[in-house]
Amino acid sequence: MADEVVLLDSWASPFGMRLRIALAEKGVKYEYKEEDLSNKSPLLLQLNPVHKKIPVLIHNGKPVCESLIAVQYIDEVWNQKSPLLPSDPYQKAQARFWADYVDNKFGDCLRKVFTSKGEEQEAAKKEFIDCLKLLEEQLGDKPYFGGDNLSFVDVALVPLYSLFKAFETFGNLNIGGDHQCPKLIAWAKRCLQRESVFKSMPDQHKFYDLICENRRKRGLDQ
Amino acid sequence: MAADYGEVKFFGAGGSPFARRVQIALKLKGIQYQHFEEDIFNKSELLLKYNPVHKKVPVLVHNEKPLAESLVILEYIDETWKNYPLLPQDPYQRASARFWSKFIDDKCLPALWKAAWTVDEKEREKGVVESYEALQYLENELNDKKFFGGETIGLVDLAANYIAFWLPLLQEVVGLNLLSNEKFPKLYAWSQEFVNHPVVKENLPPKDRLSGFFRARYASITANSK
Repeated sequence: MADEVVLLDSWASPFGMRLRIALAEKGVKYEYKEEDLSNKSPLLLQLNPVHKKIPVLIHNGKPVCESLIAVQYIDEVWNQKSPLLPSDPYQKAQARFWADYVDNKFGDCLRKVFTSKGEEQEAAKKEFIDCLKLLEEQLGDKPYFGGDNLSFVDVALVPLYSLFKAFETFGNLNIGGDHQCPKLIAWAKRCLQRESVFKSMPDQHKFYDLICENRRKRGLDQ
Repeated sequence: MAADYGEVKFFGAGGSPFARRVQIALKLKGIQYQHFEEDIFNKSELLLKYNPVHKKVPVLVHNEKPLAESLVILEYIDETWKNYPLLPQDPYQRASARFWSKFIDDKCLPALWKAAWTVDEKEREKGVVESYEALQYLENELNDKKFFGGETIGLVDLAANYIAFWLPLLQEVVGLNLLSNEKFPKLYAWSQEFVNHPVVKENLPPKDRLSGFFRARYASITANSK
């Protein structure tokens, strides 16, 4: 019986991007459904009643919500190719730990940088650079966080990292972390060379416009 | 009885629900371990060495390899010691267990803490509403099962330990009635099953000490707001 896979997503979402990358790495065919986040579909509200958010992976009619949980699900179901999590329980736990770090600590720092200004933003930037340095240390000299191949932590981080980079590149936001994190820069470039990653990236100009609009709406910029 | 899997060290702190999740799992699986009790106001060198990123309990060290974050540790324990499984085999059910555990940590517990510890009335009221919503979702998810894990304790039950044991003591101290038999009969019945489970009840903090801690904290918060 053929698998029916649908992805409810939004073009700019870094969380949706995680699933797009994972599905592409596994060679899974799926139907992409773009959600208008200002006018959520009855389908989305029905399949993710708790959070009402994208992405939602629908596999043979059954929804899986929360991006990192869905990536693990994808890894467990389509386990014949491109494993995203190691088979060794300790290394798997380490991968889960760092993915959790990316979502919670790194994600929170990034949000603070985006949604603040002035002194508050300066403090947020410092904290953010500390996060980057810790991740850089974790990466070490490996090509990917998972070792020789793209894996769980890479999939968790690369969309958020790209989001931050788009903002930094197009905006006047100079985080100043570059000279301190050359390995991360190289890592991001390496990830972007993979088809699964660059095909899942949002249009960078459109993306920057969206970030600017969000900041204007919050009264952070004119 | 668990076979010899090497040396296990566990760093916990009596009142911490997160640490207790791991402690209960270790006991359910019959795992032998060395217990290090931490004073969270005076953390040991060892703890800081094993968990430099977050500097928190619980920490599990297996053959000198450290792990942190309770849900990460629980999955590791489950994959390493196969008896008394905490997670089902089916990927969809596993995703569901992970979803509800994350929901408890990300949405439910913060709502409960907001309701309990916020002095500002409006914020407190918001916390209460959010708490009811969160508990209702769990009530629906539990449905008529004995435990979230089915017939036996699973990942979600362990994640929900705060609701079963800490919350009833807390709500009494701060004057709230979030979990009750009237409002959430299934969740209430579950809480009784959980705290009375022979292994769980041996691995919960002493009630009077926990209540005392809550009372002291509540007193200092309400005093500071005057």
